[in-house]
Amino acid sequence: MTTITFIHSDSRSETVEAENGASVMLAALTHGVDGIVAECGGNAVCATCHVYVDDAWIGRLDPVSDDEDALLDGTAAERLPNSRLSCQIKVQPALAGLVVRIPDRQS
Amino acid sequence: MIPHLAIDPFSIAFFDDPYPAHQEMREAGPVVYLDAWKVYGVARYAEVYAVLNDPHTFCSSRGVGLSDFAKEKPWRPPSLILEADPPAHTRTRAVLSKVLSPAVMKRLRDGFMVAADAKIDELLGRGQFDAIPDLAEGYPLSVFPDALGLKPEGREHLIPYASLVFNAFGPPNELRQHAIERSAPHQAYVTAQCQRDNLAPGGFGACIHAFADSGDITPPEAPLLVRSLLSAGLDTTVYGIGAAVYCLARFPDQWARLRADPSLARNAFEEAVRFESPVQTFFRTTTRDVDLGGVTIPEGEKVLMFLGSANRDPRRWEQPDAYDVTRKVSGHVGFGSGIHMCVGQLVARLEGEAVLTALARKVGAITMSGEPKRRYNNTLRGLESLPITFTPA
Repeated sequence: MTTITFIHSDSRSETVEAENGASVMLAALTHGVDGIVAECGGNAVCATCHVYVDDAWIGRLDPVSDDEDALLDGTAAERLPNSRLSCQIKVQPALAGLVVRIPDRQS
Repeated sequence: MIPHLAIDPFSIAFFDDPYPAHQEMREAGPVVYLDAWKVYGVARYAEVYAVLNDPHTFCSSRGVGLSDFAKEKPWRPPSLILEADPPAHTRTRAVLSKVLSPAVMKRLRDGFMVAADAKIDELLGRGQFDAIPDLAEGYPLSVFPDALGLKPEGREHLIPYASLVFNAFGPPNELRQHAIERSAPHQAYVTAQCQRDNLAPGGFGACIHAFADSGDITPPEAPLLVRSLLSAGLDTTVYGIGAAVYCLARFPDQWARLRADPSLARNAFEEAVRFESPVQTFFRTTTRDVDLGGVTIPEGEKVLMFLGSANRDPRRWEQPDAYDVTRKVSGHVGFGSGIHMCVGQLVARLEGEAVLTALARKVGAITMSGEPKRRYNNTLRGLESLPITFTPA
């Protein structure tokens, strides 16, 4: 298990113990964290699991693939340099303490 | 031992009420054998999901209908995306993903919303109408062919062509034979419209052809990829919107929730796709002997996935037979899953959201003013007729 903190657009935060190997998107869905819609269920089609990764963490993630980069151009909330799709972030012990912010809308 | 069942999932009796048979298949075991067509079947969520997400073992290149392309000549040249496996599929899929990306949807959004408002205003003016031709068909026809860049002439072939494509995935029953016998004029129309000269600049079709210029696909591949949008891009959304309106007319408590909060429109549409599963089934073919749910399926067998049953499997969903506009519906397989998951799902959602948002804002009551009539298709589940009365908000 790896600890991940989600911060909502109203600053409310939720910390979950996420299963290693799953995606951050799935961790949010499994633990009932609202605001990550994941319409396509993790198939990298929809861009509705958009998160802003905390600055302390953004450089420690695997780089954005071309597919994810194209999808991020279509997010409903503004794309920022620390924007990622949470379905593409794999939960692993090296990410213990990861903090991500959830945008105010996904579609 | 694998349970052998006598269910014919392509019979009129099944189409009229598939739910008892879905339950019988789910309860019989994780994998069943359907003697009627000599195919394996999976009706539980876990196995449907597993088959969808193992495209190397459960391939699409031998056809996603009953017909095995390794043994039978396909009724039309195979699709370069639906009826293809990696690595060939990877390249064509990437092109259609870009043509139908979230960024493209952002540009279409306002126009689709305005068109939905106009359609609902028109129907409110009439009061009584048939929600299948007048709304479920009328709205997509008012936005999708233009988005594709089709000429105005001949669009009446679009729905019959799609209906043919989805009937042809089924077995050689009357629905399939009848559709194929009458297919020539629809096929001729579609083949012609896929050519570059017939597609308006800026549309999805022209975009696909532009990928031939950049070398992502070859020039002969472009028309066949346009054909995929003509096959799968219109009728599916007709059935999806029809399903959503039918749900809202049947479940007034859910309609009240949507009216109170129109921002639920997109999820209400998604839940209708789970609940009715407009695309009910697809086949795969095994590329090797494979163990699934404790049984071994030999190489070269057809496996029928019951998407509609998976979407109501109580092993996966709480109260699966309830239509709930606030359900967390992510993970349903109404658009499939894995590498072949519907590439046009964002267009479908945009259309569904647009219609349901306009309904929620403008309409007070949706009442059925007559008996709905079912439309029969080997793959698609939906209605032929849905008499509706709108009362203004």
